[in-house]
Amino acid sequence: MSVPETKIDTKNLPAEIMELQMGPSHPATHGTIKFNLRLEGEKVLDCDVEVGYLHRGFAKSCEQVTWTQVIPYTDRLNYASPLINNVGYAMAVEKLIGAETPPRCQYIRVIVSELSRIFDHLTCCGMASSELGAITAGFYMIEAREMIMRIIENLTGARLTVTYVRIGGLKHDLPQDFADSVNRTFKIIRKLLDDCDRLLSRNRIFIDRMSNIGVISKEKAISYSLTGPILRASGVNYDVRKTNPYLVYDQFDFDVPLGTKGDNYDRFVCRIQEIEQSMKIVEQALKSLPVGPVWIEDPRFVLPDKEKVYNSIEGLMHHFKIIMEGIHVPPGETYFAVEGGNGELGFYLVSDGAGRPYRVRVRPPCFIAMGAFHEMIEGYLLADIVPTFGMINMIGGECDR
Amino acid sequence: MSETSSHLQDIQDKLGHKVLETSQFRGDDVIILDPLELRETFRILKEDSALHFDFLSDITAVDYWKKKEPRFEIVYQLLSLQDGKRLRVRVPVSEESAAVDSLTPLWRGADFMEREVWDLFGIKFTDHPDLRRILLYDEFKGHPLRKDYPVNLWQPRVPERPVDGTFVDERSRNKLLRLKKTLASKDR
Repeated sequence: MSVPETKIDTKNLPAEIMELQMGPSHPATHGTIKFNLRLEGEKVLDCDVEVGYLHRGFAKSCEQVTWTQVIPYTDRLNYASPLINNVGYAMAVEKLIGAETPPRCQYIRVIVSELSRIFDHLTCCGMASSELGAITAGFYMIEAREMIMRIIENLTGARLTVTYVRIGGLKHDLPQDFADSVNRTFKIIRKLLDDCDRLLSRNRIFIDRMSNIGVISKEKAISYSLTGPILRASGVNYDVRKTNPYLVYDQFDFDVPLGTKGDNYDRFVCRIQEIEQSMKIVEQALKSLPVGPVWIEDPRFVLPDKEKVYNSIEGLMHHFKIIMEGIHVPPGETYFAVEGGNGELGFYLVSDGAGRPYRVRVRPPCFIAMGAFHEMIEGYLLADIVPTFGMINMIGGECDR
Repeated sequence: MSETSSHLQDIQDKLGHKVLETSQFRGDDVIILDPLELRETFRILKEDSALHFDFLSDITAVDYWKKKEPRFEIVYQLLSLQDGKRLRVRVPVSEESAAVDSLTPLWRGADFMEREVWDLFGIKFTDHPDLRRILLYDEFKGHPLRKDYPVNLWQPRVPERPVDGTFVDERSRNKLLRLKKTLASKDR
């Protein structure tokens, strides 16, 4: 058998536009999402993002349950920072009620939000770097994340589905040794992040894969309604904690890291710097933590003490009414936004005065970021999808709701 | 309080009769707009130097079935990046028309949000470049966030979609044809 003598001219291969479906379950994209790509060689000409694989009817489910029963559902939105979702939802309902929580509760909410933000950024950066082959740095960040997870577990009793914040307060106060364990952990996290910095920040492979990839300009980022680290990496100074301060954020000294180019490397650096800023906020909050109750004093929204429930008929009825009918939120509508790990996390609530929400809408930051994904990736190579998608940190539970 | 109400007054002056109603609730500024020539009204809100609501936070809808007439309301959350002022714009839409102007020419991020509203509420956006379902699949019947859509309704399983005409099939057929061609030429 003779081998045909055909020599392939590798310089002038015929270019044919290839269509490729990447996903819905692809090992390099941590999330259930599909990209319908048109490729010319390795260059991405067109990218159509298909989301919705994890759609489970969050909004419709919320309309069936009482206002309080929505809180566990919010855990399942962005499961990398469930406490921020809890805080956002509870504060939106409190805004609708017109209630303000006591200072200690607000401080604790700030602390748990910032711990969740650190958790979120560590997840994003750790995953993104390990996907680029920097598995050591990835594991260092996962280790740091695990320590935050232990603190959250110690506080709430759960690792991911925390359900810690309540409408008008918190499930319970901080545990005894909370401040010590946080300070101890931060010391280790700072060391781990230093190691990661040495491993990544001047690493040729990492910079080549991240720098000048997935660029989105300032104007386009605003036009696409991007928020969070992606918008700030483009150089727009918009952080809900600074523009519309909620809780007690205006009492803390922290900076908002900004990027210049709007590429993946800037997004990475923004997130890493935000971890440091969040640790600063937590330390300040722990230092100036006021004493006092963590619940508002309003029997219409707060469950009575168990002692009253078991020993008096009034207490039992009170408990029964709140559990079975739900708290009565006055009719009206409101929008309340908090700064989530990935950007502006907004809750738009409509109440008709009954015990159940009439409409719950979440503004999901990563769903909107996925709307701009084609703009970030077009013109780059197929392999650039991995770091670009990694730095968006799309969380299926929040994107598809 | 007086400052924000003067802000609403400014908006009312700029937009004139397009504003059907202004209100304030828990510190939020709310205006209700006429759905006619909606895009032009939003263009003023976005580009006017005094108002400057240059950031579109969110688009969603609410179904007031048997509660209000017209039935739907589209809700836009606007933000001014300069001073952090927020404005909520509500646009009533009747069930018969169920269509409003798309805002994609003004904000490109409106694309995904409007597709979601179409998917879950069945409200059309005219001049939207690509109005398809986004969270649900093409074979889904109805729009689940409408209040008359039952919660526990089951939809039939989607039969396997024919691969004919999709690129996978076409490409493999092309490859096959090419292979056959080369084999045939070798024979001779």
